[in-house]
Amino acid sequence: MNKQLPELMFLKSRDGKEGCSLSAPEIADDLCVLAADKLRKDIADFPQLSEVEIVRHYTNLAHLNYSVDAGFYPLGSCTMKYNPKINEKIANQPEWNAHPYSPIHLVQGNLEIMKSLEELLMKITAMAAFTLTPAAGAHGELTGLRVIRDYLTDKGDARKIVLIPDSAHGTNPASSVLCGYQTKEIPSNENGILEVETLKKHLDKDVAALMITNPNTLGIFEKNIVEIARVLHENGSLLYMDGANMNAFMGIAKPGDLGADVIHLNLHKTFATPHGGGGPGSGPVGVAKDLVKFLPVPIITHEGKEYKVRYHNESGSNRVKNFYGNFLVIIRALVYLLELGKENIRQVAEDAVLNANYIRKKLEPYLDLPYKSKSLHEVIFSDKGLTVKTLDIAKRILDYGMHPFTIYFPLIVHGAMMIEPTETESKETLDQFIDIMIKILDEAKKDPAFVQGAPYSTPVTRLDEVMAAKQLILRWKPAATQTN
Amino acid sequence: MRYLPLTETEREEMRKTIGIKETKELFSDIPKDKSYFSLADLPSALSESELLEKFKEIGRKNIFPGFLSFLGAGAYQHFIPELVNFLSNKSEFLTPYTPYQPEVSQGSLQGMFEYQTMMAQLTGMDIANSSLYDGGTAAAEGIVLALKKSKKQHILIAGNIHPEYIEIMQTYIKYLDYKMDLVPFDPQSGKLKLAELEGKIDQDTAGFIFQSPNFFGVVEEGKQISAMLHSKNSYSIQIVTEALSLAFLVPPGENDVDLVVGEAQSFGLSLGFGGPYLGFIAAKSEFLRQMPGRFVGQTLDSKGNRGYVLTLSTREQHIKRERATSNICTNEAWCAFRAGIYLATMGKKGLQSIAKTNHLNTAYFVKEVSKLNNVKVKYQKDYYNEVVLEVQNGKTDDFLKKLEAKKILAGIPLHWFYPDQKNTILVNFTEIHRKKDIDQLVQAIGEIK
Repeated sequence: MNKQLPELMFLKSRDGKEGCSLSAPEIADDLCVLAADKLRKDIADFPQLSEVEIVRHYTNLAHLNYSVDAGFYPLGSCTMKYNPKINEKIANQPEWNAHPYSPIHLVQGNLEIMKSLEELLMKITAMAAFTLTPAAGAHGELTGLRVIRDYLTDKGDARKIVLIPDSAHGTNPASSVLCGYQTKEIPSNENGILEVETLKKHLDKDVAALMITNPNTLGIFEKNIVEIARVLHENGSLLYMDGANMNAFMGIAKPGDLGADVIHLNLHKTFATPHGGGGPGSGPVGVAKDLVKFLPVPIITHEGKEYKVRYHNESGSNRVKNFYGNFLVIIRALVYLLELGKENIRQVAEDAVLNANYIRKKLEPYLDLPYKSKSLHEVIFSDKGLTVKTLDIAKRILDYGMHPFTIYFPLIVHGAMMIEPTETESKETLDQFIDIMIKILDEAKKDPAFVQGAPYSTPVTRLDEVMAAKQLILRWKPAATQTN
Repeated sequence: MRYLPLTETEREEMRKTIGIKETKELFSDIPKDKSYFSLADLPSALSESELLEKFKEIGRKNIFPGFLSFLGAGAYQHFIPELVNFLSNKSEFLTPYTPYQPEVSQGSLQGMFEYQTMMAQLTGMDIANSSLYDGGTAAAEGIVLALKKSKKQHILIAGNIHPEYIEIMQTYIKYLDYKMDLVPFDPQSGKLKLAELEGKIDQDTAGFIFQSPNFFGVVEEGKQISAMLHSKNSYSIQIVTEALSLAFLVPPGENDVDLVVGEAQSFGLSLGFGGPYLGFIAAKSEFLRQMPGRFVGQTLDSKGNRGYVLTLSTREQHIKRERATSNICTNEAWCAFRAGIYLATMGKKGLQSIAKTNHLNTAYFVKEVSKLNNVKVKYQKDYYNEVVLEVQNGKTDDFLKKLEAKKILAGIPLHWFYPDQKNTILVNFTEIHRKKDIDQLVQAIGEIK
């Protein structure tokens, strides 16, 4: 098997090669109504390859990729669970492949799929309604925060601040700012969670919401959450619960019951849809009763026997995305939930949490555990006392044929190693990973330089990221003109 | 359960290792009265064959298959070579995470680098990023970028942009301290009124965003628009909703456009009832450090071999947090990768050829339908692959229903977007349509009394 990077396709391109088969033209060129000065002359250096060369090119690229189908992928906060194949099969059926502006009586099946997922998500989360339109988690955050701002603005309450704990994902503050909010970071305590007293200290009439991930990015459940919600509501502020880590308690507790006013979920995490190397995702937003009228369009309703679509919510359009959202991701999530059913949904969270705690127990003698609170779906170690850096360990894991954990996040842990095994890993895989970690830590003690030089067996060795950011070669150009 | 590999014995063993009796104990931080709720109202698990049956049954409620469709308006039906499905659905491309460990992600990274290159070539711009969510959000990101970079407060928006895109831009800047102003179009030509645009540009104008071909399918005067804006120190921003047009029309770069945003669904993504699609942004290199989304860059490994990494991440939310240029994290990477496969498969000649066929099919329709008395093509000049059709007698809903009875979806009624447009529809032609399909549409229209 070839483990070398194939040449860039532009270098293999030759005039006269064809990768597609086209039908003979039926309409004569002279019908063209556009003047010559509106027409393009050439697409300089655009590739031309034959079919077999394209197949080889991409097949060789495939050989260079690690994937969850190939093995363990314990990226913390990313929930890299297995992506069921039946979901792909069903999503790829032609019967869903309608134009989004098809007359709605011709696409009742598609509307049923979306409404069914909305209803299932409502049951799992105890939220009053969902929109499925956001394209990813961060897009859901932006949507949810805007719903909060619309709601408060509607009440004549122009609050300006969103409170965000120091363990939050970077998307939380970035989304808040895009919604015109100022953010204020608040510290978690020595147990890694937010204390009600800390919240109270930062709370005033200018606080629109607290945006909190639960369980948080330390894998710890915010056990004061019910009291936090109460204190917020008393102050006229809302609780935004980031559901990035919903896999930890899906089927065990419902965010709505805990006091959340707005949540978003990540279908490409908790609901097993494939990540695709960085998307497409889907980030449904669920809201409490009073906020429903601020959800973005389109809104699917079920009237009598027919599904209908509304393009105006009571408060306006609030549209955040074209058409209906990432429908083909939505359908995969529905297939997944229907296969789990009530019999398995709780087992998913239980196994995910059991797996994380097993790793924690087994590695605790070897690594520093900065927060001793109970872990849910992920465990975070630090690099304290090690002879090498977290990055070195991560790179060495690659040599053993596995993907490393999330590194250097959350920021409040020095040299963080954030390990989320998910429920779809066997005990054998966990034991292998644990053995590899122990071996690497031993190597690091005996020969730190060796670990610092890893990886040795990957298609490329450590890449010069500083050079990448300095030279900024972001596209290929013919040799003579290659500058940027 | 097939996705849960732990056996009961192993669970027991693991609990013993951890030092607990029941897994439930691990959840003791969750308030007791709020956890372990009843699951009774959830459906029962389905087997694989039951799932197939269930979705077959739901699928039967979709009765659009078999219709001859001419629907467009930002979502286009193009032929997808089998190679695109075959290669993009390899699990090595479908099931990795974002390439944060580049040593084991060179496949995705090189593919994205090649995609970035092809998008830059097609738009005629210096650089293109590796994806945004979709066309509408790309437009919103585009205007926010122009506003931030110019440090001005005012953005002008063409009135003949896809109405959904306008809605999304409005939602995005609703709570940012910016002003947005609509520039009307000429109802006679469907095109922008450049004199009116000129009058609206002032010192505080960050830029003007227009769509070409516009929502009605008409190609705008990109070069003149850019020149007008540049003379007043404002940015020219073009939306492209039909990416295939880039292979046929003078590209934005040659019209001196500063920023190009849009939808590349046409590059090998199925209609899929509206998503996932592929937003893109391409720009002059001066925008690089403020751009949203991810970039793949070329570099060397420690042995001096060529390799690729995600770069310029100091713009991004995971580093810059509240000072990030955008909140984007997960985007549409696989869609972009797939678009790369599509573009490579079509190649320069193939792309140019079908891009032309799209226009010629439309021109053929215009020629044929002009022989009828009951309809009229509203904008006969400078269209690309979409035209507005005026129904002479009666309302569009009635007209479309009659065609639907003949299993034809002839177009999208414009009153959906503009309540006063009672008698117009938007009709789209692509290389999917054969001459006989267009003849069938024309004949069916001719038979409407």
